[in-house]
Amino acid sequence: MTLPAYLPILILLVLSTGFAVFSLWMASKISPRRWTPAKLAPYECGITPEDGEEVGRERFPVKFYLVAMLFIVFDIETAFMYPWAVAYDELKLFGLIEMGVFIGILLAAYVYVWKRGALEWAE
Amino acid sequence: MNADVVREVFFWGVGAIMVIAALRVVTTQNVVHAALYLVGTLMGAAALYVLLLAEFVAWAQVLIYVGAVVVLMLFGLMLTRAPIGKANYDNSQRPLAAVVAAVLFGVMSWILIDAFSGTELELAGENAPRTQDIGAVIFSSYVWPFEIVSVLLLAALIGAVMIARRDEPEADKEVGS
Amino acid sequence: MNWVIDLIGGPQTVIAIAKVLIVFASLLVLMILVVWAERRILADMQARIGPNRWGPFGLLQTLADGIKLITKEDFRPQLADRWTYAAAPVIAAVASFLAFAVVPFGDEVTIAGHRIDFILSDLNIGLLFFLAAGSIGVYGVALAGWSSGSKYPLLGAVRASAQMISYEIALGLSLIPIVLVSGSLSTKAIVAAQAGSVQNVTFFDGIPVLESISRYFEYVPNWYIWSQWPAFLIFLIAGIAETNRAPFDLPEAESELVAGYMTEYGGAKFLMFFLGEYLHIVTVSAMAVTLFFGGWNGPAPDFLGWVWPLAWFLFKTGLFVYLFVWLRATLPRLRYDRLMWLGWKRLIPASLLWIAVTAVVNIDNAQLSRNWKLGAFGVMFAVVMVWVGKGDPRLRSAVSPQRRLDGTT
Repeated sequence: MTLPAYLPILILLVLSTGFAVFSLWMASKISPRRWTPAKLAPYECGITPEDGEEVGRERFPVKFYLVAMLFIVFDIETAFMYPWAVAYDELKLFGLIEMGVFIGILLAAYVYVWKRGALEWAE
Repeated sequence: MNADVVREVFFWGVGAIMVIAALRVVTTQNVVHAALYLVGTLMGAAALYVLLLAEFVAWAQVLIYVGAVVVLMLFGLMLTRAPIGKANYDNSQRPLAAVVAAVLFGVMSWILIDAFSGTELELAGENAPRTQDIGAVIFSSYVWPFEIVSVLLLAALIGAVMIARRDEPEADKEVGS
Repeated sequence: MNWVIDLIGGPQTVIAIAKVLIVFASLLVLMILVVWAERRILADMQARIGPNRWGPFGLLQTLADGIKLITKEDFRPQLADRWTYAAAPVIAAVASFLAFAVVPFGDEVTIAGHRIDFILSDLNIGLLFFLAAGSIGVYGVALAGWSSGSKYPLLGAVRASAQMISYEIALGLSLIPIVLVSGSLSTKAIVAAQAGSVQNVTFFDGIPVLESISRYFEYVPNWYIWSQWPAFLIFLIAGIAETNRAPFDLPEAESELVAGYMTEYGGAKFLMFFLGEYLHIVTVSAMAVTLFFGGWNGPAPDFLGWVWPLAWFLFKTGLFVYLFVWLRATLPRLRYDRLMWLGWKRLIPASLLWIAVTAVVNIDNAQLSRNWKLGAFGVMFAVVMVWVGKGDPRLRSAVSPQRRLDGTT
């Protein structure tokens, strides 16, 4: 029963991709093209970008990476919660306790991260 | 058209895309492109799960691998250094890596073929796996692995914090916050 | 003709193609209307007139803007990564279209013996699909910033994607209580569970005055908003943050990042980001209606059976779109540290707590007696009180920012 349900999604995927690609392609055909070096230079509010300065060499706060790491952990937690929530009527109290232990251990990680200041953004 | 034929066509089509994307992951000369080809491979795997009627696994795969793991990789690349254009990431260990990859491929293929060769599952109709069933199985037969996953995640998180906080004195050199 | 239908897989395929085409076209028209409505509403709230030249009430203004954008110069920054630069807006638009696939926008209709559901595909795991489609949207943002080969877009992209993944967790967790009470991940089943009116309210039984009032509950629709309003609030906040709308529009904070990840984009490519954003608004609004406000359910006369559900759906979704615009006109942009503070330190604990409450309530009394449940709530309540009472100074300063300026915090 499930495979026919994916047919509309496949069609929608093809249609929307086709629409977007076609729009971009058509725009590139009908629009004027008068490129100049100044126009194509990286936008830096009018300041001339220095030659040889590579983009993306600045260092970012490592916190952004930590957030992504935290995100994975919580994303996995969320993904586990969906089958749990759907099957909750069958699992009953045992399911509640199991999920409680699971979340409890993750909460320990969460509290640790919080206390270490990884969630602080104002320096 | 016969539904089985359609399924077969999709299986081989998706499989071909996955193989090409996987090859491009290791042959492309730009790290961000490599990450994107990896997304292609993972999405292909999700499509294969859908073909096997394993909907929950398919979308959990998209949510976690495509939506989180590769995003973490992209973050790591963007935060450190991911120049646009080609770069040479090869080093002298290339032949060794090829040997390791080939051996791994052989072992994995052998295990999978040995374990499941000739096994046929009837998935249609009543046997189609439901998310409820997956939940019931995870939370009854596989309680220990499930709980241990949380310990693993705890360890990963603490490790990440430990590594990340080491360069605190240099904080004033950072930009972008 | 018949052999063509058979070749492509029978009447179901034809129905699927027709449905997708109609929905796709409607979404584009809807998007044009939403942009127009936003500009008119914003203008009204700011005592301006707004676009009123093109077409009646300026309705065609968006169309004119679209044509303008497509005919604008198609350029590519010199340092840009060619294909990724072009692919990012496509990904942004496609991810927004895909998320709509699981939104039930009406009941069903029977044409020539074929039952047609007013939903593109009723997946068993609809909610998970909605989340997964949203998580792909991050790629549009991250790749746009990286591939532009410019500084502001890169900074904006890192910020924007950190914001999106932060609020994605709260979004995902806010749906769990709905799954707990409905026992289903299918959006269609969730809407069906909200049909009719509130019944069997035994809560007030035995209390003389309230018991007589509870008779009137049969006029109250059986929506999840009544019992799940905390989940709704979390969903709404996280949903607005996911769409990068005010007050969470930091990704395009023009005062600090020019236009964020879209700085180097123009013309048709910018149009795709624009399209994606407004479609996302429609999808999040539609999802809020579906999960908490009974979806397409509503009172309907006996004639024109399938029109009324559709009309109710559009009406309710429209109200939410109005809310989105209203918020933009009202609220100033959040500061980045407060944005992260709200997402990580408030919304996630709050949603976890609400999941715990819902899970405890939904266990049958035979397993966990009422006293135990009350005890559990007592513990949760105590935790919340300690947490709030501890008084994170930023809780106060977030509510009234001017306190900080006085130096009173």
